[in-house]
Formats: sequence, structure tokens, C-alpha cells
Amino acid sequence: MLAIQILVDGFAISALYALGATGFTLIFGVSGVLNLSHGALMVTAAVAAWAASGELGLGSYAGAVVGILVCLITTFATYFFIVSPIERSRALPSEEKEIFVLTGTLLWGIMITEAIAYFFTSNAKTVLPVVNGVVDLFGVRTPSNEIFTSIVCWAVIGLLWLLVNRTRAGKAVLAASMNPRGVTLLGFDLSRIYITIWGIYGVLAGIAGVLLGMFLGVSSYSVGPLTASAFSIVVLGGLGSVSGSLIAAYVVGYLETVTAYLVSPAYRTIPALLLLVAVMYVRPQGLLGRRAR
Amino acid sequence: MMQRLAQSRLLWLTVIFLAAAVLLPLGGVSAYILGLLTAAYYFGVFAMSWDLLFGFAGEVNFGPTFLIGVGAYTGGILDNLYGPPIWLCLVAGAFAAVVAGLVLALPALRVRGPYFGLTTLVAVLMLQNFVVVFAGLTGGEIGLTVPDVISIDAGVNYYVALGFMVVSGVILFGLSRSPLGLILQASGQDPVQAGALGFNVAKHKLAAFCVSAFFSGLAGALLVFYLGTASVGTVVDVGVAVQVIIAVVLGGRRTILGAVLGAVFLIGMGEILRPIGELATFIVSAIALVVVLLFPNGFLGMLLRTKETS
Repeated sequence: MLAIQILVDGFAISALYALGATGFTLIFGVSGVLNLSHGALMVTAAVAAWAASGELGLGSYAGAVVGILVCLITTFATYFFIVSPIERSRALPSEEKEIFVLTGTLLWGIMITEAIAYFFTSNAKTVLPVVNGVVDLFGVRTPSNEIFTSIVCWAVIGLLWLLVNRTRAGKAVLAASMNPRGVTLLGFDLSRIYITIWGIYGVLAGIAGVLLGMFLGVSSYSVGPLTASAFSIVVLGGLGSVSGSLIAAYVVGYLETVTAYLVSPAYRTIPALLLLVAVMYVRPQGLLGRRAR
Repeated sequence: MMQRLAQSRLLWLTVIFLAAAVLLPLGGVSAYILGLLTAAYYFGVFAMSWDLLFGFAGEVNFGPTFLIGVGAYTGGILDNLYGPPIWLCLVAGAFAAVVAGLVLALPALRVRGPYFGLTTLVAVLMLQNFVVVFAGLTGGEIGLTVPDVISIDAGVNYYVALGFMVVSGVILFGLSRSPLGLILQASGQDPVQAGALGFNVAKHKLAAFCVSAFFSGLAGALLVFYLGTASVGTVVDVGVAVQVIIAVVLGGRRTILGAVLGAVFLIGMGEILRPIGELATFIVSAIALVVVLLFPNGFLGMLLRTKETS
């Protein structure tokens, strides 16, 4: 009974982690950027959806759309105002750009968090779920919303797979992640590819954020843990490897769920951190990662 | 020539700032402001030790608060349990931080770039969990109150902090300009070439880590005996680590001394903007972001640059 409950709950949480981390790893794989405002972007989506659906009374579907749109806009702002100027800067030697992108996105994330806390208070907000009710799943009473979350996450990940592997634009993105110079030589505009990938990232983070808001609720306090969990999932799976992050998301999600149910919710994150340290020691490039560049 | 000119400017700037800092308590400044500056000076040492690791060894340590926290809590717990003289607690704190630094650096230095950053970040999260889980020993989320403090006089505390900062600054700055600092800088910029020239890159980085850990831990322990408490929010939290990093980037990376400017600025701004409440952090972050985007060399870089061209 408990085992099934862990399986069901863990599946939904892991699916959410997977979706959140996919965009993060995609950005790193293609443009080498570690975006530390990731958690802030997800929370932005959730808070915008909450405000639109609840406060403005647009209903949950329109609210979700608003949330994703706002997240997309904020993501583009991150790229155009923070990441792109740093990458183009001539004042910085190239080996130091990484730390400046990290610092810049970190500061940007803090600004977003503080702005949200100021305008919408730091209370926890739960977005109106699209589906309501409870379903009996293998003898476990499960909220329909939890099943909805898992389905949407996997549908979006599936769509992303199709987009990357089956469309021309997607193939260009894939190629850019393997060899940026080669893609440029073939006549593709690298900056257009980057804009595409940041757009995809914005939508992914937006969907993940809205779903998280419906499933667990968010507040400005969730920003740090969200970024940290995406970061550790992505490193565990191997930076830049999407399938690696999916596996890692499930490993982390189930480890946390099992610990929370069987030991204590207070120790929830500890086993995943220990595992992360162990993996870093034995296999620094992560489960399915390439060697660090 | 330019290098020497900049150095002498740097020297004069340092002397002016130092003279101002020494004379400040005599000018009838309130104990409150002295208290703020005392904390800012300890914070400055955190930032300087971080800069040695980042600016020179080229390693982005996301977990300065792991080293700071280990030093702070070791000193605090020791004092709480056995009540030895304070200097013994301080030595123990610094020593524990060096050991913790070694334990962290040995596996972490095997990996590079973002992986190293993450390993150090995880170390902070682990320490935070440890403090909360072993609440009986560490005081948990409420914090640990230590029975002894360095002094209850604001002036004495101020001069202790200032003296400690100056000594650490001289040692760290001297180290960064020594042959060891040059080797570190070389290993940070191109480890393969530095290795090819016959320098043991890993050993030098490990040494830098130990020095950084020593000063971080000692400063952390001193801060505990100044504040009279140790809590996750002041010495371990990732937010504190972020502030240390921001202080260095703001003040000017790879300068060691700029880190102090950044630290004093951060704490000062936080205080000046306190009346406007929640937006204070927003504004400080925005200023820092503008500096990062437009003046990547930080305050010290700006000061030296303008002086050079004029």
C-alpha cells in the first residue's frame, strides 16, 4: 500500500523535476550557460498564473497561458539583458565569462524574487488546478491533478524530443550543441539558434512553474531550492545530456519521496545530496554526461 | 611602469582608507555604526579569502560558508561544551576549517568548472542539514549562544576586527603577489601549461584552498565570539555565500583588497536602504548587476583606472 503510494507520488514529483531540469540542461548543452535564475523563472510563471487565474478571475486555463507567457518574456529578458551582453563583452577574458554569467543570472534571480515578494508578498500561493477531484489508482487515493501533472510533463518532454529530432530547427539546435563552429560554417546563424533555444527554455520553465504552482504551491522562498534541485539533477545526469537529466530526475524524485515517507520529511533532501557527492567523486561527468569542456 | 604606478595608487588608497578606519571611533561615531563596520570587516576577510581562491586559483567556490560555518560552529560548540579560553576556540575553529577544506578540496579539485562549484554548494547544504539535524549540539535553526564574547565594548571589538582584517589582508595580498600567487594565477588560467612548466597544479590549488579555509574559519569563529551567537542565517546559509561572492565581484576580483570595499559597501548599503524595507535587497542586487555588466573590474578597478588615465 505504502509502496504504491510512494510509486505514484514519486512519479508525479519526478516528472515535474524532469520537466524543470530539461530546459536547464538544454540551455547548458547548447550555449554553455548555467542559468542561476532558473528557480526565479519558474516561480514567476506560477505567481503570474496565480494572479491571472485567481486575482483577475480569468480561470485556470487562461491563467496557465498567462503564466507561461510571462515566464517566456522574463526568460527572453534574462537572455537579452544579462546573458547576451556578458557573452559579447570585450572587457572580459573568455575564461571568466562563465563566472560572470553565473553571478549575473544569480543577481537577476534575486531581483525577480525580491520583486515578487514585494508586489505579491512572500506567502505561499497555490494556482487553481485545471482538473479537480480524486481518483482511485491501484487502491491509492490520488488527486487527479497529480496524474494530470505527470501526463502533461511527459507529453511536453515527448513534444520536445520530436521538435529536436524531427524538425529542421531542432536539428540545427542539436548540431549547435555538438559543434557550434560547424553549424556556423554550414550557414546557420548561431545567435538565431540561441534565441530559439531560450524561447524553448522559457516555455518549458513556464509549464513546469505553472504545474508546480498547481501541484505543490510556490512562494518566493522556493526559488533557491528550485534552482539547486535543477542544478543537482542536471549535474547528476551529466551536464547537457537530456536523457541523463530525465533519469537523474527520477532517481532524485524517488529518493526524496522514499525518505520523506519512510524516514522523516525533515531529512528529505539529504540522501540525494549524498548520492550527488558520491557520483561526483566516482564519475565527475555525471551518469550520461560528456567530459567537461 | 604602469603596474608600479597602479601599485603606488593602490598603496595610497589603502593608506587613506586605513587611516580613516583607524580614526573613525575617535570621531564620536555611534556604537551602532561601529558594530556594523565590525561585522563588515569580518565579512571583508571572508571575501578576501574567497578572492584568493577565485581570482588567483580560478576555482569558483560556491561554498565559502562551508569553511566559515565549520570554523564558526567548531569554535562556538567547543566554548559551549568545555569553556576553554577564547583563543583556544579560535585556533580550533581555524584548524577545523582547514581540515574541512582539505576534505572538501581533495575530491572537489578532481573536477572542474561548474562541477567544482556544485560540489562546494552541496557541502554547504550538507552542513546546513547537519546543523539542523544535530540541534542538541548546534542549537539548530534557533542558533547557538556562546557563553563568552571577545569584549562588550564596541570600540575594542572594532579594533580587534580592524586589526584582524589588516593582518589577513597583508598576508593574503602578499601571498597573491608572491611567486606562489603567480603560480596559482597561471594554474587558474591554463592548468595544462602551468603543469608543463613543472608546477604541481593540484598541490598549489590545495595550498590556496587551505589558506582560504584558514582565514575563513578564523574569521567565522571571531564573528561568533563578537556576536555571541552562531546561527545558520549568519554563517552557513547559501545567501551568505552569495553575498561573499557579490562582494568580491563588486569590489573587483583578483585584487584581494577590493573585496573589503565590496563587503563594506554591501553591508553599508543594506543599512542605508533599510528604511525602504523589502525593496532594499532588490536595489542592492540591481546595483551589483549594473556593476557586473558595465564595470566588470569592480570598484577598485574603476578607482585605479580613472587615476591612471587622469
